[in-house]
Amino acid sequence: MTMTEERSLPSIAGVCRTRAGVELKEFFRQRESVVFTLMFPVILLLVFGAVLDYELGSGVSFTQYFMAGVIAAGILGASLQNMAIGIATERSDGTLKGLAGTPMPKSAYFVGKVVQVLVVTVAIVVILLVIGVVFYGVDLPSGTGWLTFAWVAALGSAACTLLGIAVSSLARNGRSASATVTPVALVLQFISGVFFQFSEVPTWLQTIAAVFPLKWMAQGLRSVFLPDALAAQEPAGSWELGRVALVLGIWCVVGLVLCVRTFRWQDRIDR
Amino acid sequence: MTRTPAAPAPGAVQPASPLDPDAAISIRGLVKRYGDRNAVDGVDLDIQRGEIFALLGPNGAGKTTTVEVLEGYRARDGGEVRVLGVDPADGGRRWKAELGIVLQSGAGDSQLTCLELLRAQAAYYPAPRDPAEVLELVGLTEKAGSRGRTLSGGQRRRLDVALGIVGRPRLLFLDEPTTGFDPEARRQFWSLIRSLRDLGTTMLLTTHYLDEAEELADRVGVITRGRLVEVAVPSALGGRGQAPAVVSWTEDGVRRTAETAAPTAFVAELATRFPGEVPDLAVARPTLEDVYLRMIGDPA
Repeated sequence: MTMTEERSLPSIAGVCRTRAGVELKEFFRQRESVVFTLMFPVILLLVFGAVLDYELGSGVSFTQYFMAGVIAAGILGASLQNMAIGIATERSDGTLKGLAGTPMPKSAYFVGKVVQVLVVTVAIVVILLVIGVVFYGVDLPSGTGWLTFAWVAALGSAACTLLGIAVSSLARNGRSASATVTPVALVLQFISGVFFQFSEVPTWLQTIAAVFPLKWMAQGLRSVFLPDALAAQEPAGSWELGRVALVLGIWCVVGLVLCVRTFRWQDRIDR
Repeated sequence: MTRTPAAPAPGAVQPASPLDPDAAISIRGLVKRYGDRNAVDGVDLDIQRGEIFALLGPNGAGKTTTVEVLEGYRARDGGEVRVLGVDPADGGRRWKAELGIVLQSGAGDSQLTCLELLRAQAAYYPAPRDPAEVLELVGLTEKAGSRGRTLSGGQRRRLDVALGIVGRPRLLFLDEPTTGFDPEARRQFWSLIRSLRDLGTTMLLTTHYLDEAEELADRVGVITRGRLVEVAVPSALGGRGQAPAVVSWTEDGVRRTAETAAPTAFVAELATRFPGEVPDLAVARPTLEDVYLRMIGDPA
């Protein structure tokens, strides 16, 4: 075989940029993904903020508490739900198979997805914070609070992105992924202290919630938005930031292992 | 299992020829199993550079499985395969950069416009064609700004082809490219394939349509039950070239037919029996379809 013109392959960085552009257009041009992923937490915040107007004690409003939960739920939507449904759709409609037949470096596909999650997550967080401050007088974190905010959001987002990619392999197509993941996410939100105080959740449900990342994300973010006096209302009587990092870190590792072992570029060939 | 270049056992009927290093595609003894069934059951084939080769066969005959082994999508269970000199099982980015693949399933739904999709695809290849020119080539220029999901079936398929050729492939796989086309769209597609041939692209095409194979292919292979039963130029498939012609005419109000290997002499003789024109005279050779149906209907 003679290679007539030995032109070099495009750089991986360049292809990553292309993929990032593709992923952002795919997300922001699709009404369903924008409404469900981006607007759902915003609507939750507006509705809950307007309806549940009470104090938790120590002069803390419910909205101040809810801020942590709704941001955690928003991150869950932008990462786990978004990845599980989006990738399952792309696998069943042949998009992934098409890409696998091109010289696109496989890593560039995942980089594109991560950029999508990152941009959507930042957009959600900013919109939620602005609404919280402007409409409900939410107090923003200060100083080291932002640092905690950043690592909890980043670690939680990483764990949920990896889990979402892994879960996508279980679904037959995007619709079945949505039908499976959406109710599970909703239940997790109820038992993880997103909509009301975690201390009000029955202990056995608290135990179940503690297995999954959402509870730990919400708890880590509460440490940012709530005064330390309210740490006493947590199950352990403290924010347990070390354990938040540990559990989210373990989920990152588990998610990564599952991704590597289960990711497929085409539908199962069951003939 | 891989074949070892050991000496043929005594009494071996015919030692398989070695892989052809110059061919675009060279296949020896390809086997692909699904469960205990051999979907591809010992296929040997060479496709030369610059050739358009059509793989014909009924559904489930092993066309797509064969092509997807060549494309690197499926692992084979036996035999040797080289595609542009490379074993598809080891094909890396550089190898894929030489291929264009139009899958049977086509590309998925997208929110991107045709031009955006082609630009993104072009960015994966070392020496892509100009996306706008490719749109022109497939007749989608006026759809450049339309999103993939708004296209009609035939337009989508042309977009699939555009995505397959934008990387300037030396070898193009087309798996049932015209399924669902109307006759007009099919003719446009055929002229597109001919212009790609003129640019030197080797093509492996699978199709259900015999007229398509006859129109486009330099050679045709018929695959049935996982076996390649014949490879020939379309006009000679199934001994078509040498098959007896069927002469038919009307005599004494009765339709008469005769099979003959020498139709010219037969018609000349026939002409002497009638004062003027031979009524309803027709001379026919078996069509590709006749030959094909006989081949695939025949249990191997």
